[in-house]
Parts: sequence; structure tokens; C-alpha cells
Amino acid sequence: MSGIVRGTVGFNDLKLPGAWTRKIGKDLYEVFIGPQHPGSGHMRIIIRVDGDIIVEAEPDMGYVHRTMEKLSEVRTWIKSIPLFERMAIHDACNVTLPYVRAVEKLLGIEAPERAKYLRVLLCEINRIAAFLYGFGIFGVFLGHSTMYMWPFGDREVWVELAEWLTGARLTHTYPVFGGVRRDVPAGFTDALRKAIRYMRRRLEDYRKIFVDNPVIRSRLEGVGYIPRNLAIELGITGPNLRASGVKYDVRMNHPYEVYDQLDFEIPVFQEGDAYARVLQRVEEIKQSLRILEQVADWLDKHERSPILHDRFWKTAPPLYKKVFQEQGRAKLMAVYAILKVPKGKAYERGETARGEISYYVESDGKNTPYRVRIHSASARNALVYKYILPGHRVMDLPAIYGSIDYFPPEADR
Amino acid sequence: MNVEELVAKVKEILSDMVKDVVVHKGNDYIEVEIDKDNIIEAAKRMKQAGFDHIKDLTVVDYPKDGVFRIIYNLSSYSNRELSYYIVGLAYNIPRDKPETVTLYPIYTTADFQEREAYEAFGITFKGHPDMRPLLLSPPVAEMKPLRKDFVVKEEPIDLK
Repeated sequence: MSGIVRGTVGFNDLKLPGAWTRKIGKDLYEVFIGPQHPGSGHMRIIIRVDGDIIVEAEPDMGYVHRTMEKLSEVRTWIKSIPLFERMAIHDACNVTLPYVRAVEKLLGIEAPERAKYLRVLLCEINRIAAFLYGFGIFGVFLGHSTMYMWPFGDREVWVELAEWLTGARLTHTYPVFGGVRRDVPAGFTDALRKAIRYMRRRLEDYRKIFVDNPVIRSRLEGVGYIPRNLAIELGITGPNLRASGVKYDVRMNHPYEVYDQLDFEIPVFQEGDAYARVLQRVEEIKQSLRILEQVADWLDKHERSPILHDRFWKTAPPLYKKVFQEQGRAKLMAVYAILKVPKGKAYERGETARGEISYYVESDGKNTPYRVRIHSASARNALVYKYILPGHRVMDLPAIYGSIDYFPPEADR
Repeated sequence: MNVEELVAKVKEILSDMVKDVVVHKGNDYIEVEIDKDNIIEAAKRMKQAGFDHIKDLTVVDYPKDGVFRIIYNLSSYSNRELSYYIVGLAYNIPRDKPETVTLYPIYTTADFQEREAYEAFGITFKGHPDMRPLLLSPPVAEMKPLRKDFVVKEEPIDLK
């Protein structure tokens, strides 16, 4: 790589430094991976190769950028929830929960205990579904079509559970300020226990066909190694961070909802390669199943009680209360549409399937946010490609890309 | 460690550079205001004290005061006690001269985040090796969409 020349098509009159392009070195070859590659989704990685060794990689994001931060400034507070969950539709509860909690912080309220358990319930269902989705995509990358079909089929179990609970397969808009929208339907916990048993059995099947498969192991072991100190320096997050030996999980370091009352472990691997990241995700599914069992026990032991904070619930007309008692649905009151949030700033984070998501929320006392800043897990993990890919062979790229579980819509926001 | 101890610790680390400390609601987020000229030195000291990564770089536009507020929200992976908290290193820059220095040599995490602030607000971080838009295309980045004077056009939903 040498020198800088003035850019290409159409951008010549712009005085932006960004309109510059680089001249590539004499012996290098530039390869564009994506944005329409069958696996990568809406993301492009521009790599420069010497022979088949990657010498430079440049992640190029933004193909599904939806200006969420700007749009949230012109919407009322409640309308931002369905907007933000478009980041990761199968992980909707995890993604929107920190926003809801940040606004609750500003309002000075907290959800009732039952609502907290219900939030954790959907969070973990979402987490498992998102892990299975990631496994499926990873299977495609490695040319392992069985590992594509099995997790995608098994994900249906969790998506249907979420549908039964919330009324929507994806984008549930389940947590709202002060609580959740629906209580568990009759018979739900039995179905949940059945799903947990089924998933445990299936994890054993995955181990036999994929995790312990010698072909898969030879493609993943020692590939995409991220040492502990580099993982911290790059600020990567989620299972990728924990697979590099850093014990950090928002559910443990900054417990929210009822995670501090539940018994689960944070698995950690020291190896830091692509294979460790696969094992990490398998272990995390097991821990999520453990959490779900405890939540199911709690729900069985406790009678139906309000799932919205009193501040909102007291404004509900008698008909709404009757519907809630009979069907377990809490229809949202008019007060949500005209909600004004007191002045102030709040910072809240949560653990999604792919890592930590953080929200900076600032209110100036009006019915729309003054500023919402979102930084999602995939946006932080994208830095990995720039610093880890160089030095690997081109054939290792799919293995590394898939093992990071990068999700473009979440990164682009 | 409670939040008062954290505030005392941060004041000790940054000593005379601290202009103001605000503890926000929830008692887990503090905002430390410093001078623009001290940001590099402050970041160096914070990193040494265990705040090992930037969780998030937030820029807020205040057209009434004529400033952009740049907040580096720092936290820790390696120190369990610090990891509960977020410390926002904040400083203002004038709106008509949106220029500041990069923290990239100190925090590698600043790489993409400063590029995001650059494309959305038009703030140039001097010394950043690759100051280009990240998510937006150059013509869109030219409009500086996250500034308050960029108004989102709303289209009517009725059929004409």
C-alpha cells in the first residue's frame, strides 16, 4: 500500500477526507467479500491479499443503516421500542430491554417482580433462538448443511414459545415502561420444560455431528486466535470476549432484573480461537436452559399479579383490568402515548446474545427523547475483522467471520 | 465500592483536571467534565487506572449553547469493581469549529467510534489515521445528519 490518490466516481467535488481512495501495492490483490455474499449478509469486507495471505482487511458496514438514533428523536418514547428491536428481530427482548430500563431510571420507577421474571424468561428464550440462528449461519459458512438445517429447525421451538407468550414470532415489543405486556398463558411452563428437555438432547446431537466433527475441528482450532489482552484492547464483547478468557457478563457484573437471584454460571474459555467460541456458545445455551428452569419454577409457585407498575396500572379503565384477570393481557393505557420523561441522563446496558448493548438516553422533559445513543454488540465486534484477519489465509475468513457471530442489522442500527 | 468512593477515586486520578462531576440517576453512571486540552492526559491516566476500553463514544448537540458535548464512556473488563460503573469523560467543543484530537493512540476502541461521530456530526478527530465515514455514504455524511439542525422530513400517510 503506498500513497493516496483522489477518489473515484462522483465524490470528486466533495471536500471530505472520506472521498479518498487508496492505491494498492504492486503485488497485492484486492478482494471484495460481500455485501451480497450468501453468508456475510449485508456487509462487505475488503481484503488485500498477498498470494492467499490476507495482509489488510477493512470491514465496510452500513448497508442496512436505518438511522435509528435520529428517528428516535422525532418519535414519542414508546414508539422507539418497536423501532429499536429491528436491530436484531430474533433477539428483540434483549435489545430493547436496556432502553426500557434507562427510561424507567429517568421516570424513577421499577417493574413489579413478576414482570421482571417474565422479562428474564423472554430474554433467555430470545438468547437461545439467536444462538441457534448463529449456529445455522456458521454451518453454511463451513459447508456443513446439516448444521444449517438442524439449528434452524430447533429455533422454531423457541420462536413458537415466544409467539405463545407475546403474540408475535419476532419483534415482540414485550417489555414496556414499567412492566411487560402479557402474562404467561395457561400450560406455558409445561411446554417450556418440554422444550428445555428437547434442547438438552439436541445439544448432544450437535456435539456428535458438529462440535466433535474432525473436519470442523481442523478448520476451527487455532484459527482466529484473539489473545486476552487484545480482546480487552479492542473492546470486543459477549461470547467472543469470554472465549478469550475475560470473565465479563453484564448479567453478572451489573445485574439487572432478577439475574442476581438466579443460580447460573458464566462460562469462560481460555483458548480464544474460533473453536473456543463455538464451545462457548454451546455452554451459554446450557446456562440459559438452567435459568429458564428456575424461572418456570418461580412462575408455577406464584399467582397472577399485576405486571405493570402502579403508576401506569392505576390509570387503566375497569375493562382493561377485567381483560387482564381473564386473559392475562395488559392493554396499554393512553398515558403511554403522552408520556413525558423528566429531565436527565441515564446509561443502561444489557447482555444480548451477541454481547453487550448500551444505551445513553437523554431527556429534556418533552415527549420525545433529546438524544439516544445506541452501541450494539456487533458494532463493537466488527473491529475484530480489521485487527485479527491479517495474517490468515483467505480460506480461514468464513470460519473467523462465522465464529464471531456478526449480525449486520444490529451493527448498522 | 460505592459511587462516592468512585467519584473520590476519579478525582484522585485526574486531580486538578476535573472541572465538575455529576452522578446520574441509578448511581452507576458518572460524568466527569474536563477541559478540551486535557483530554489526552486524562485518557492516559484513566487507562492506567484500569478503565481499559471505551464502551461508547456519545456526542450530543446543543445548538442553544453553541457546543457539541463529546462523552467518552469508559469502563473496565479487567477490574471487577470498576466494571459495575461507567465513567463519562466529557468536554465541550464549539459548534462552529468542530475539531478535536483523537484518542486512537490510547484506546484502539476509539477507531470506529470516532469515525461514527465524524460522519454523523462532522467532527474531525485530528490524528486519526483513517478519518472516513463508517456507516453512511460520503454525500449523506456531508449533511451531518445527527445535528439538531438536520430536520427529518415526515411524509404524510394519506393518499393524495
